[in-house]
Amino acid sequence: MNFSEVFKLSNQLSKFSPNGKFLASCVQYRLVVRDVSTLQIFQLYTCLDQIHHLEWSADSLFILCAMYKRGLVQVWSLEQPEWHCKIDEGSAGLVASCWSPDGRHILNTTEFHLRITVWSLCTKSVSYIKYPKACQQGISFTKDGRYMALAERRDCKDYISLFVCSDWQLLRHFETDTQDLAGIEWGPNGCVLAAWDSCLEYKILLYSLDGRLLSTYSAYEWSLGIKAIAWSPSSQFLAIGSYDEKVRILNHVTWKMITEFGHPTTINNPKIVVYKETEKSQNLEMENLPFPPTRAAASSLFSTESKYEVVSSPVSLQTLKPLTDRPNPKIGIGVLAFSPDNCFLATRNDNIPNAVWIWDIQKLKLFVVLEHLSAVRSFQWDPQQARLAVCTGRSQVYLWSPAGCVSVQVPAEGDFQILSLCWHRSGDSMALLSKDQLCLCYLENEGVK
Amino acid sequence: MGDWKTITVPIPSSESKNISQFTSETNMSPSSLCSQQVLCPSLPLAKSVHNFFRAFCTEENVDQSVSYLDQELTTLGFPSLYEESKGKEVKRDLNIVAVLNCIQELLVLHRKNLLAQENVETQNLKLGSDMDHLQNCYSKLKEQLETSRREMIGLQERDRQLQGKNRNLHQLLKNEKDEVQKLQNIIASRATQYNHDMKRKEREYNKLKERLHQLVMNKKDKKTAMDILNYVGRADGKRGAWRTGKTEARNEDEMYKVLLSDYEQRQKQILLENAELKKVLQQMKKEMISLLTSQKQKPKEKAEDTPGTVLSDVEEDNSELSKENMWELSCETVREQLTNSIRKQWRILKSHVEKLDTQVSKVHLGGFKDEEVISRQDHEQETEKLELEIQQCKEMIQTQQQLLQQQFTTTCDDDTSSLLQDCYLLEEKERLEEEWALFKEQKKNFEKERRSFTEAAIRLGLERKAFEEDRAGWLKQQFLNMTSFDNKNSENGKPQSAFSGSSDQDNLTLHSKPGQKSYSVFSESSVRTSKLTKSLPVSPSTSELFQTIRHISENSSSCVLNVATEDTKPNQVGRECTAQKWSVASRSDSQEGGCSGSRSLACTDWSIEHRDGLP
Repeated sequence: MNFSEVFKLSNQLSKFSPNGKFLASCVQYRLVVRDVSTLQIFQLYTCLDQIHHLEWSADSLFILCAMYKRGLVQVWSLEQPEWHCKIDEGSAGLVASCWSPDGRHILNTTEFHLRITVWSLCTKSVSYIKYPKACQQGISFTKDGRYMALAERRDCKDYISLFVCSDWQLLRHFETDTQDLAGIEWGPNGCVLAAWDSCLEYKILLYSLDGRLLSTYSAYEWSLGIKAIAWSPSSQFLAIGSYDEKVRILNHVTWKMITEFGHPTTINNPKIVVYKETEKSQNLEMENLPFPPTRAAASSLFSTESKYEVVSSPVSLQTLKPLTDRPNPKIGIGVLAFSPDNCFLATRNDNIPNAVWIWDIQKLKLFVVLEHLSAVRSFQWDPQQARLAVCTGRSQVYLWSPAGCVSVQVPAEGDFQILSLCWHRSGDSMALLSKDQLCLCYLENEGVK
Repeated sequence: MGDWKTITVPIPSSESKNISQFTSETNMSPSSLCSQQVLCPSLPLAKSVHNFFRAFCTEENVDQSVSYLDQELTTLGFPSLYEESKGKEVKRDLNIVAVLNCIQELLVLHRKNLLAQENVETQNLKLGSDMDHLQNCYSKLKEQLETSRREMIGLQERDRQLQGKNRNLHQLLKNEKDEVQKLQNIIASRATQYNHDMKRKEREYNKLKERLHQLVMNKKDKKTAMDILNYVGRADGKRGAWRTGKTEARNEDEMYKVLLSDYEQRQKQILLENAELKKVLQQMKKEMISLLTSQKQKPKEKAEDTPGTVLSDVEEDNSELSKENMWELSCETVREQLTNSIRKQWRILKSHVEKLDTQVSKVHLGGFKDEEVISRQDHEQETEKLELEIQQCKEMIQTQQQLLQQQFTTTCDDDTSSLLQDCYLLEEKERLEEEWALFKEQKKNFEKERRSFTEAAIRLGLERKAFEEDRAGWLKQQFLNMTSFDNKNSENGKPQSAFSGSSDQDNLTLHSKPGQKSYSVFSESSVRTSKLTKSLPVSPSTSELFQTIRHISENSSSCVLNVATEDTKPNQVGRECTAQKWSVASRSDSQEGGCSGSRSLACTDWSIEHRDGLP
């Protein structure tokens, strides 16, 4: 495993281009585009203000930089550095901006979710979509980029509008049987839309592309409901994480529950492998320490290295007592993701924040639990194989594959606290993002070393 | 202790008589028994005292006392002490016999009374102890009763408390249930309230939003604009189409196309899955059928079972079905048949497996253990055998070693050890030498005999040959004489001559062979024995020869054994043993396996003699 040098970064804004050739990162008001293979600066753009949001177009030709404070969006072209485009939302303000899947339209959501403006880079035409709903996940595009589903709120009722992305024509418009729609997400095959209610009610609705209600599922009543959902890449399973610390998996034929995964605080089954991160005891050889200490040595002194140890069951995991009198209590399954080969599901129970649970989907059983020293910030699957990268806000990056798992110290000067990470599409490298720094991590071609 | 003393009251004696007298006199109150018991140890004293103070009868008052006694006795029903008086005025005489009888009777009575008294006393004792025991029991039971009563009271108290608690808990539960119900109602009402509020708020919010929208959007905000250098081409390279009804229809079409393709894909997947499952079912069925038919064929008695007929029916059906291509049939038509047949077979298989299970369990109960035991026994036997063999082998090795040593001692220690041996066994040696000489003579005689015998044998063979020749010639002659056809002589002569020749040859070989062989063997064996080789040529003739040798040398075997003792110096018991060892050794040495024990024994005896005789 190799690491690149460290680059400056602000707002953790760094993204690989969809074609995998470039890496865009923001430093204050500057946008830096680097060649991934050489890490040389390919283009450098200067925006009008500090950038809050960065997004590549699907064809990797344009980059969108949103400056929410100023209500501005600036678009840059890789092919023509002199080409520029600035969209000003004026007094309506801007809270969100995104590309349409064709890479020629930009959808800007105004403040208070008054409307969504669809700006075209091809024509002068501007479209407005009224009544977008302010919710967790209100816009969802199908994977093939043909259709867009939008959650709407009119007259205290939830609606979903389906648009054809090519000409922004409304295809379907239907009311949903929800109290307060919280999010919508297309299945990867682009034919089933999952819509779930807010956390006050456990309810998930599944709609066909033509607006028919396929099924409704509700596990229980009178308690906090769905926290997060995830489709399996094959569209075969829909995993629903909820506040009762369980993941329920629905099948795509009957839309009934296949199984539910509980997240107990103690693991008794000896078949489940529990990897526990432990701090390596550093053998400080006093005579070898230089005086005055170099910066690197000093930083290595303060950042403790760690390793995984297999713990024999029963294992009790560190739990966090959630505050029940506060909104959005830290309890329940907040993050869940399927591996690209559909074989594994990784979850995080928010009141056991240090652990990542990896479930075997073929056997529908808990497979591995990784317990870390600090709370898991994020995890992401390698897009090519069943390999999970985890970061916990420490200077280690953790990799798990069915063969085993490893914790790797980032050999950067100072404390490189990894807050998030994103994989390159090839699975050969990933970008590790700290608060104000960026580091690329290169992995050997085969397996975890 | 007082009780014990009463038991040891002496048997009635002269003293006791006195006592009885005394007691009879003193009024027989119930307390008399007690008083007597107390008085027992001081009986002699009492007697003397009694005699001293109150003499009942004195010299003076004999008559009075007699009359008094008479009166007393008559009142008690005894006969009168006096003789029957003839006259009233005449003074009656004392009847001694009556007195004695009276006394006797009194004594008997007294004894009886004593016995009865004793019995009563013991009974009393028994009853007393019983009483004590019962009293103890009674007190114990009383205590138990008391404790159990107390316990019962305690338990009742606890029960009461628990019941009270239970009632409380029930009440609490009820309260809680009510609470839950109430809370649920509250939640529901709150939820509706919340929803209502939310709706109201949202309406307000919407109004505000609308207002804001109007304010912001309708103001023709100059700032809201896109500043772009030049418009770029569409990603697909096409120009944007106008939005018309046509496009709408096209979009619909496309959407349905997408949906259709998705459903088609899913259908394909399901079909594939179905096909796989059908295949598996078919395969399972086939396997089941093959399995069951093979099982049915083995036990013939099961053939008339109903499942068998069912099976055959099913098979027929199956064959028919398989003839038609059943994959092409839709599920509805095939499904039932398939599932039914599978179910039937499954039932058959299940019953069969159950049968097997029971059989297996039986076997487990019965035969398996025995088998194991037997095998263990076999194993032990085998090991024993092997150990025995090992022992034998060890012995063999030992004997061989001994032999080697002996050979060494005999060869190299000729001068020294022989001297030593000589001084110890001079006499024996002399005797041996005598015997040796005798044996030599015998041997010479035997050699002579042998030679003559061989010569005789050769002669006999020659004679026999001549006789055969004569006989053949005679036969030939006779045959020729018998046959009248002279011209056929040549033809018949040939086979005859051939026949005769062959027979001659056969006879010759038959008769001369043993002779020649024996001769050769004789010479050979003689040479060998002189050379002291232990390996012996084995053939029927040699065996005969050695048997004869043994017969001859039987009388000299004792001397041979003596020689052996001389060599190895074992005790008397070991002699035969060593001889046998010798035989074993020689057997192992000789390459031929067909050597019998007796023969080898004989030969070894002989060889020993030779070797000892050489020096």
